[in-house]
Amino acid sequence: MKVMILGFVAALVIAALAPVVLEQFGWSSAEQYSSESVRLD
Amino acid sequence: MNVKIIGAAVLVLATLFTNPGWAQEAPEVDRTSTGGAQTLEDIMARQEQLKVDESFRSENLGDPARAAPINEQLGTLGGRSQPEIWRGVRYNEIETSTQVRGPAVDVLIQDGGMPWYELRRGPVITYGGGAILAFLLLLVVFYFVRGRIKIDGGPSGTKIERFKAIERFGHWLLAGSFIALALTGLLTLMGRSFLIPVIGQEAFSPLAIGSKWLHNNIAWAFMLGLVMTFVMWVAHNIPNKLDWHWLKAGGGIFTNSHPSAKKFNAGQKIIFWTVMILGFSVSLSGLSLLFPFEMPMFASTFEVINSVLGTDFPTALAPHEEMQLSNIWHSIVAFLMMLAIIAHIYIGTVGMEGAYDAMGDGHVDLAWARQHHDLWVEERQAKQGKGESP
Repeated sequence: MKVMILGFVAALVIAALAPVVLEQFGWSSAEQYSSESVRLD
Repeated sequence: MNVKIIGAAVLVLATLFTNPGWAQEAPEVDRTSTGGAQTLEDIMARQEQLKVDESFRSENLGDPARAAPINEQLGTLGGRSQPEIWRGVRYNEIETSTQVRGPAVDVLIQDGGMPWYELRRGPVITYGGGAILAFLLLLVVFYFVRGRIKIDGGPSGTKIERFKAIERFGHWLLAGSFIALALTGLLTLMGRSFLIPVIGQEAFSPLAIGSKWLHNNIAWAFMLGLVMTFVMWVAHNIPNKLDWHWLKAGGGIFTNSHPSAKKFNAGQKIIFWTVMILGFSVSLSGLSLLFPFEMPMFASTFEVINSVLGTDFPTALAPHEEMQLSNIWHSIVAFLMMLAIIAHIYIGTVGMEGAYDAMGDGHVDLAWARQHHDLWVEERQAKQGKGESP
């Protein structure tokens, strides 16, 4: 039962981290849909 | 016998003659009255699903070499009239450029949108949802007809370790993320049809936004779980002769017999390979949807299929058509996976006494193990060289 909860929690942690990691690699929608000359921040 | 063969041949011929794919060429059309433009005969021929030679339209794109001066009528259009320009766009025959940045933004027209929308909200929901409901009903009937598969003679009280913690972690990572993906996927697919009429647009909106976020991001956990379980269990799931005997006996479900099995029986191997193959496929189409226009895969897949089977699937697809096909394929494979997983959940919980313990705390009753995985128990005990309490 503990391992089951751990598996579910790990899935949620991965889900929370995924967008942060993708953004680090330049995969945000804003970056994908703008040219290099656009300042996003 | 001959009558049957002749009957089958007539049926096949009748199918071929009525199939639009074998449509006849449309007769030559005289277009002098329209100056070469489309006539009523052309429209009628298309409606009758005859093959119409479209070159009179696709090649009628004006003549930039004879463009009027810039201050004359149509001069600014570079020798093309508005209909000719849009015809060129329609047949992908003129260069387009745009200042808008992003993938596939230079596609002005693609005509796969409505067929995709109709397919998604019609047959995909009807057949996919219907299959799940029918299968759930079938399992309820099966439960009342067959009843729970009991441990013969009751539990022994002695436990044996079935799955290590890391195996159970991989399983639950995969299972938890799959259930989240299935629920959020169903909500995204069917919410507009079934939830909005009940809870309204305002309540559905945050639910849909949350579902999209969870679906897109928990997919990574699913893919990690898929890789983990594949690596840990593939060696135990290679089909062998034992599986054939297990399948011939129907797993003993209806006869109350217990065909021999190692760590995984043939039924579990079918679930394993179903999850792995469909999981890999749904992950690929999911990645294609997660990164729009970056991972087109259907044109190249169709090329391979055409070369192998001699079929005629389209190999020139607009970027948006690639996404539409990915979306439909994603839904179909996901529905198939849901059916397999519902069967898996049934047999792992209410369908069989003692089965849940294997993934619950990793230890199963020895009587259960001997009943369903006798050869695995023998292997375990031989390795440990002990008695009945490994």
